[in-house]
Amino acid sequence: MLHTSRRRWLAGAAAIAVGAVVLTACASQREGGGATDDGDGDVDTTFVFGASGDPASLDPAFASDGETFRVARQMFEGLVGTVPGTADPAPLLAKSWEQPDDTTYVFTLEEGVTFHDGTDFNAEAVCFNFDRQNAFTGVAASQSMAYYWGVIMRGFGDDSIYGGCTADSDYQATITLKEPFAGFIPALSLPSFSIQSPTALEEYGADDVGGTEEAPVQSEYGQAHPTGTGPFVFESMSPGEQTVLTAYPDYWGEQGVVEEVIFRVIGDTTARRQALESGSIDGYDLVAPADLQSLEDAGFSLVNRDPFNVLYLGMNQAAPGLSDPKVRQAIAHAVDKQQLITQVLPEGTVAATQFMPEAVIGWNEDVTQYEYDPEAAQALLAEAGYDESNPLTITFNYPVNISRPYMPNPEQIFTNLSSQLEAVGIVVNPVTNEWVEYLDLMQGGSDHGIHLLGWTGDYNDPDNFVGTFFGLQTNEWGFDNPELFGALTEARGLATEDEQEAAYQAINEQIMQFLPGVPLAHPVPTLAFDERVTFYPASPVQDEVYNMVELSE
Amino acid sequence: MLRTIGRRILLLVPTLFGLTLLLFFWVRALPGGPAVALLGERATPERIAEINELYGFNQPLVVQYFTWLGQLLQGNFGVSIQTQRPVTEEFARRFPATLELTVFAIVLAVGLGIALGYWAARRHGKAGDHFAVFASLLGITIPVFFLAYILKWIFAVQLGWLPSDGRQDPRLDATHYTNLYVLDGVMTGEWDAAWDAFQHLILPGIALATIPLAIIVRITRASVLEVQNSDYVRTGMAKGISRSTIRGRFILRNALLPVVTTIGLQVGLLLSGAILTESVFAYPGIGSFLARAIFTRDFPVLQGFILFIAILYALINLAVDVSYSFIDPRVRVQ
Repeated sequence: MLHTSRRRWLAGAAAIAVGAVVLTACASQREGGGATDDGDGDVDTTFVFGASGDPASLDPAFASDGETFRVARQMFEGLVGTVPGTADPAPLLAKSWEQPDDTTYVFTLEEGVTFHDGTDFNAEAVCFNFDRQNAFTGVAASQSMAYYWGVIMRGFGDDSIYGGCTADSDYQATITLKEPFAGFIPALSLPSFSIQSPTALEEYGADDVGGTEEAPVQSEYGQAHPTGTGPFVFESMSPGEQTVLTAYPDYWGEQGVVEEVIFRVIGDTTARRQALESGSIDGYDLVAPADLQSLEDAGFSLVNRDPFNVLYLGMNQAAPGLSDPKVRQAIAHAVDKQQLITQVLPEGTVAATQFMPEAVIGWNEDVTQYEYDPEAAQALLAEAGYDESNPLTITFNYPVNISRPYMPNPEQIFTNLSSQLEAVGIVVNPVTNEWVEYLDLMQGGSDHGIHLLGWTGDYNDPDNFVGTFFGLQTNEWGFDNPELFGALTEARGLATEDEQEAAYQAINEQIMQFLPGVPLAHPVPTLAFDERVTFYPASPVQDEVYNMVELSE
Repeated sequence: MLRTIGRRILLLVPTLFGLTLLLFFWVRALPGGPAVALLGERATPERIAEINELYGFNQPLVVQYFTWLGQLLQGNFGVSIQTQRPVTEEFARRFPATLELTVFAIVLAVGLGIALGYWAARRHGKAGDHFAVFASLLGITIPVFFLAYILKWIFAVQLGWLPSDGRQDPRLDATHYTNLYVLDGVMTGEWDAAWDAFQHLILPGIALATIPLAIIVRITRASVLEVQNSDYVRTGMAKGISRSTIRGRFILRNALLPVVTTIGLQVGLLLSGAILTESVFAYPGIGSFLARAIFTRDFPVLQGFILFIAILYALINLAVDVSYSFIDPRVRVQ
């Protein structure tokens, strides 16, 4: 009797468990089919993108990281955008511009554009925004907040190269600089220079950041009231969960099919892939090379960005042996970039000949190259005094458990390169670190040898590549080359792109002769999408606005 | 009773003080600072210095420690370097999510654990018992994150039965009061939202519950076995007391004492298990935030969150001790 009742109890429990699972299955099927059908026919007009983090601030003036830019680009527009699919500057809120002299820029603005709060976009709004950023003080002016104004304009207030802005008419604004700066127009394509509604900026105290120096707090505007002219309007943000935007009905450009954008925060790379596979997101960025094939086989669409980055093998000249140019040349000749690319880097990756990708102004077609030539490498090593009885021993630093757009798989890159180096008789002593520790080691002291690092450009400017690498003496490279530092400082102050072109071509040649490191490759960054996403406007500088996204179901 | 509780709370003060010391120096011993994590690969020494100055990391460690302690005493836990929001705010925002998940996992582990443990003990030496012992051993040894990925792969990716990440479908326009999403859905009558939030709890909840469940099964089984062979149970049976009374009052109640202790200990472990589970399921609680704080060297968050968890852990233990006296009046007399 008792046995029977126990059995009955167990059977009941099992039935409940099975029932729950079946119900769950029904519910998820229902969710899958029941899209928000308020767009074209049967298309679900909500586009869900898997982000790796929250935007740091909703005020683009205080933004400098990719996740923040991604969200800002949907809500805001600047005077200058990019030609779709390239890093080149193109008209956006400014229809056109002229440069009557080295330091004056006259912008003709689009008419009939409104901010999300209904106010008009005009020349006064433009000047308001530029004057506002230049007037930042205290915490707002620190490099952790208005980073790009500080870097591009080289300071704030009287210290900056910003000369002023005048509204010549409703739709013409003139901006003057105190000294020539050829990178000015391309730099304006950064979301940091977006034009925001002056009314909203004032109403929500956008400049009131942080009470104290050590406890900066975003303004009310930067936390909940971003107001731009872009195709999407801020709806809500739940930190750690998601940011929601909706289509702006009065957008001046083409609105597109997407009516709601949700940036869902999923920090873990594997979790992002599984979120795509389970259908909870429509797409995500920086797909791990190991996942490419399986995602493609499973029917997901992969979209490549034109690489706007460089991966290099740095050679710290403070380490033993590496200050000898013959040793550096030997290492350069020992590296077979093609083999590295075919074996461990994503398909479409191009070999690097210099420390910037081809799209950047000043890229030099005829730069000195060090062909793969193991015999030449051995000969150079012998000249430098190293042979089998006394081999060159170098520390090879690389990071672990990290994937960067320019370095998707450091462990594999290391394994490949170290076997190439060992093939010419170099003894490699590997040292690994976690990412933060690794950066600290590269920047904090001279205790490292050859190492893997790289960079993705922010906008089309050569200074943003070679200037950031070799502009001054650093622990990473461990050399002092006043000639190179001087050339880079001078080039930064040039007025036109033509002048830049010539100067940076010469600088690139100078760098490759000096050979502080071996530029390896420009790896292709890949995004993955659900099949229903039929078009995604991939951009080398991630200027991807979702009114251009096309959806099929 | 009250005096005991008061004494225990007073004893917390030196414990927590010791913990602040350990925490502070452990966090500072992590290689690489927040400035480097924040600035990335192109950080110039000037920028690193600026960030360190901004957050006071350039001061001597002792000065930093006492500054932090002084702020703590005023209830100021500092500001997260990553999000630039107060640590207390970040904790309060994320804690309901973790609470919801932990409660779900505890209910699962305790309910199933005691039932299975009792069932196994009653079938001592038979196939069911062997199976329960084997399954619980497997549950203890399988790494949480591995199990989490497997569960997700099967039930979310392959079968599509359950959501793979997050707390709620972002497309649902749910209202939130308590930030316990299931409760919110029930309170507002938004059954869709409540059901959706509940579904989001299932996979991470199972992953999180596995180890405590396995431990509770084993402890309950052992404890029931011991008690059911004791003299008073045999005497009771000889006197003809009904089976249900013997099972309920004699065996289960007495067997539960060590189980309750275990549950108390497991609750603390659940909070640390949440770090892995929440990361795998992109579940926005304190665990996933803490995991990110370790990666980004967000010192104030690391110190603040762990301190909060320690206080919680101490309070839970206190609650466990108090609950003893209700289960076993002998404890009260002592």
